[in-house]
Amino acid sequence: MNDLKLPAIDYAALAPMLILFGVACLGVLVEAAVPRARRGLVQVPLGLLGLVAALVFVIAEAGTRKRTAGEAIAIDGPALFLQGAIIVLGVVALLLIAERSLEPGGPFVAQPARPVGSEADRSQAAGEGGATEAYPLVMFALAGMLLFVAANDLLTMFVALEVFSLPLYLLCALARRRRLLSQEAALKYFLLGAYASAFFLFGIALIYGYAGAITFSRIHQAVTAGTGSGVLLFAGLALLAIGLLFKAAAAPFHVWTPDVYQGAPTPITSLMAACTKTAAFGALLRVLYVGFPGATWDFRPIIGVIAILTMLVGAVLAVTQTDMKRLLAYSSIANAGYLLVGVLAMTPEGVSSTLFYLVAYGFTVIAAFAVVTLVRDADGEATHLSRWAGLGRRSPLFAGVFTFLLLAFAGIPLTSGFTSKFAVFGAAFGGGQVWLVVAGVVTSMLLAFPYLRVVVMMWLSEPGESTPSVSVPGAFTSAALVIGVLVTLLLGVLPGPLLDLTTRAGDFVR
Amino acid sequence: MEHTVQFAPATGLLSGMWLLVALPAVSAAVLLLLGRRADRWGHWLGCLSVGAAFVLGLLSFFALRGQENRAVQLNLWEFISAGSFRVDFGLLFDPLSAVFVLLITGVGFLIHVYAVGYMEHDEGRRRFFGYFNLFVAAMLVLVLGNNYVMTFLGWEGVGLASYLLISFWYVRPSAATAGKKAFLMNRVGDAAFVIAIFLLFAQLGTVNFDGVANQVHTLSSGVTLMLGLLLLLGATGKSGQFPLTAWLPDAMEGPTPVSALIHAATMVTGGVYLIARSNFIFTANSTLQLVVVSVGALTLLIGAIIGCAKDDIKRVLAWSTVSQIGYMFLGVGLGGAAYALAIVHLLAHGFFKAGLFLGAGSVMHGMRDQVDIRRFGGLWKYMKITWVTFGLAWLAIIGLPPLSGFFSKEPIIVAAFERKDWTAWLFGIAALLGAGLTAFYMTRLFMLTFHGPKRWTDDIEHPHESPPIMTIPLVLLAVGSVAAGGLMVGPVPKWLTPVLGHEVRGEAVLAHSAITILAIAVTLIGAGLAYLLFRDGTATAPQPAGALVTAARKNLYIDAFNEAVFEKPGIFLTRALVFLDGKGIDGAVNGIAASVGGGSGRLRRLQTGFVRSYAMSMLTGALLVVAAFLAVQYGWFA
Repeated sequence: MNDLKLPAIDYAALAPMLILFGVACLGVLVEAAVPRARRGLVQVPLGLLGLVAALVFVIAEAGTRKRTAGEAIAIDGPALFLQGAIIVLGVVALLLIAERSLEPGGPFVAQPARPVGSEADRSQAAGEGGATEAYPLVMFALAGMLLFVAANDLLTMFVALEVFSLPLYLLCALARRRRLLSQEAALKYFLLGAYASAFFLFGIALIYGYAGAITFSRIHQAVTAGTGSGVLLFAGLALLAIGLLFKAAAAPFHVWTPDVYQGAPTPITSLMAACTKTAAFGALLRVLYVGFPGATWDFRPIIGVIAILTMLVGAVLAVTQTDMKRLLAYSSIANAGYLLVGVLAMTPEGVSSTLFYLVAYGFTVIAAFAVVTLVRDADGEATHLSRWAGLGRRSPLFAGVFTFLLLAFAGIPLTSGFTSKFAVFGAAFGGGQVWLVVAGVVTSMLLAFPYLRVVVMMWLSEPGESTPSVSVPGAFTSAALVIGVLVTLLLGVLPGPLLDLTTRAGDFVR
Repeated sequence: MEHTVQFAPATGLLSGMWLLVALPAVSAAVLLLLGRRADRWGHWLGCLSVGAAFVLGLLSFFALRGQENRAVQLNLWEFISAGSFRVDFGLLFDPLSAVFVLLITGVGFLIHVYAVGYMEHDEGRRRFFGYFNLFVAAMLVLVLGNNYVMTFLGWEGVGLASYLLISFWYVRPSAATAGKKAFLMNRVGDAAFVIAIFLLFAQLGTVNFDGVANQVHTLSSGVTLMLGLLLLLGATGKSGQFPLTAWLPDAMEGPTPVSALIHAATMVTGGVYLIARSNFIFTANSTLQLVVVSVGALTLLIGAIIGCAKDDIKRVLAWSTVSQIGYMFLGVGLGGAAYALAIVHLLAHGFFKAGLFLGAGSVMHGMRDQVDIRRFGGLWKYMKITWVTFGLAWLAIIGLPPLSGFFSKEPIIVAAFERKDWTAWLFGIAALLGAGLTAFYMTRLFMLTFHGPKRWTDDIEHPHESPPIMTIPLVLLAVGSVAAGGLMVGPVPKWLTPVLGHEVRGEAVLAHSAITILAIAVTLIGAGLAYLLFRDGTATAPQPAGALVTAARKNLYIDAFNEAVFEKPGIFLTRALVFLDGKGIDGAVNGIAASVGGGSGRLRRLQTGFVRSYAMSMLTGALLVVAAFLAVQYGWFA
């Protein structure tokens, strides 16, 4: 019998996660102790401070390459880069979440059961300041994501998956406007998320059956040794991949995305589109590059087909959408496909280009959703496409900003959309995946169409009577918008520094 | 490889070549961002910036002449670098880009000035000039880039600007449809271009023109063929060549200055530029050259035949553009000395076709935007300047000596007869036939518009000549139509030698003088025939006609072909995906939800997907994925 020994724990390396979990717990205490009307004033600075402190520790750890907590957590280049990316994107999304000037009480409702428009509902909008529970929930979610991308064994990864998923399910249900839609979206997301988690968990069981271990290094050894039952290995890998591809919104596991993106409060949608996607692809990279590179030739054709299907579904269905949030949801699905193309290069360039893409896409998509929160009428956000017609006449500045973001989505040069697509396609081509590149290029050409249709509609149509006005953004939204647009431009014109960083950060520890 | 290509760093005046792009780009930004505040003077700023770019282009041109190495590059900054792969944001000013810069800014300036008058009554004039400047900036990036990624950057930019400018008159549904068509067909070509860039990167590790030129001989012939075909497909998309022809005539829905600048003089010649710039790839593979020649010959005939049957003045000119670019493709496909001849024809064409389009715009301006040539007639008396300038451009395009088109087109016909095998006859006769057809349809156009009896619609009483701001550019372009070809055919090929190689001419299967006489003869026959048929005007309603004319009126069924091959499967794919996605009524339901605000009862209907069907589709997907993994593992596919 071995003695039970405590594993060595490198607290400095874990600090970013610990800080965020701590801030989240503090946030819960704030909810309990501070009067409702003043909670927002405490929560927002607390959250931002926590994120900044976590970022400082991430930067301080740069160059670290180790496993800690008994191989459960890996702190290496990709983990730190992804953690940094999630934190920075989280800050920008938090700015949107904290915006309260657009509507009384903010985008989150504290008592959703009260009938819309009733006296009680109006008073809670006026006096009670909305659901400040959102802030600790966001912190829990972000902390879970940091753990998710650093998890070095399958069980830690599963725990992290649940830690960041559960708060997101709740957050989806908190929309002040269109409450039933929001609650329905949350329920759907929860049910399907639980379903996908079950696949993931079953996959873990099969892989454990195959390798006799759950850490990626041991799995890698077992795969390269080639002993054990292939059925367990491949069925297990398939189920693991399904669990992750669900979070990444890849077809055919994308079905929840349009409904949830549409129903969730828009700031939360932006958080999911940017941070959840980053976390999901971070974990997928680690699983495939650290745990299963020995099976590359077996999984690449299948996940390749999924990638093509994802790009196709996203691009083609985006053409048929008439709601801005659903359009962006399908665009996010298609982008998951492009990211998969980068992942499947299975080369160091594959890692670095995927990392680059995640950051570039994250900033653009947050800024795009920020504009969506601004285009509103008396009933809240006006997301139907026909309502955006002629927006360029009403508000040239915001229509111009949105045009730029759409051009970035469309991959037009001098935006980050071009450089990031170029990077992943280049990496895939270098990795010999010509078929994926061809599919990617063709679908991205197709996908440009719905975006440009919106551009033409905004600029070249007369504003109708129902064209909503663009609200003047508060300081938080303006900041998020400015950051998103500047990064989109900067990464389009001068992507060199970030590409360098991703290249240097691309080395996994095994 | 007998010599290596090396670009010298830019010094002196040439180190300011970035200004060529920056001037129109900044002007576009000012016009589009300032909004209504710039309405009063915006159009003048638009003209000024292009004019200034022209002056700078001219100065750079003379500076380049004084250089020993006539290829000067300026790397502004590192654009993308990943591992060994590196793309600079770099510009290249060499003889080829120099002539394009002069064409774009020179003709572009004249068309900008013309548009000040043409768009005078349009409330969106400032916006129009904003997009117009954006186009010029993007076009300059296209021809000034020193690597394929830069070219692609401009390539996408001009496509975008063209889409916006075609759709400019949004009130016309046909304009929006045309914009869409142009966009989609261009995308096919763009996709091929991007894949070609990745192929270059994967094979050679560089996308710089000098790097590719120096290493292209290391590629296998299969790779060069693939590479060339992809570039060619990209070029056909931009230049409206077969099989991606159909968008160009529809693009005439945009304002006339747009047709003149983008869809006649500059952007549509981007494909010719791409092939000429990639001459090292195309020269390396004779099969490839044969394909390019065939595309050119086929398109020049298609364009000319359809041009004979159209009644819309701008569409006749559009099909004529398709046909003339066919000559240029023929030229660049023939290779060797014909590269330079194609460029000469491109430049000459830029003058006379811009003149023709602007003349057509001037006619429309005076005739209440009527475009049907069956309802013109006798206009020479009312619009003297337009008549004379249009007439000169007409004589130029049909290739009558001593006007411009003769000097630029006839050498291409001769070059076609200089091919080594029996194809000399095939392509030579096609080129000759095209010349005859060109003479026919252009004479028909000219006669029906300016001569014969008046067949005007009732609302027109006194057609008027356009104001001087429109006629002065017409006159200047007419001077170009007369003189450009003759002046350029000697010096320009010599000037282009550093880029396109030395002039090596083959033996023609016919004597040179015989070909010249034949070319002039078919031109005279075509023109004479049209004169006889149309000197007394024509019926104002469509007449029954034989199979060929009917086919030509229907664009030789190219649209039907596109519909069957691209559109139908596309629609089917969309429907199938929508169906498989488990929400066949998504679009419709969202339509209902358009104006639904807070009413929760109706909102409930907005979410159509049931969780159970989502879960089912996930389960199906999961089963398929697991099955596929196991199948791959156990080789069940093999």
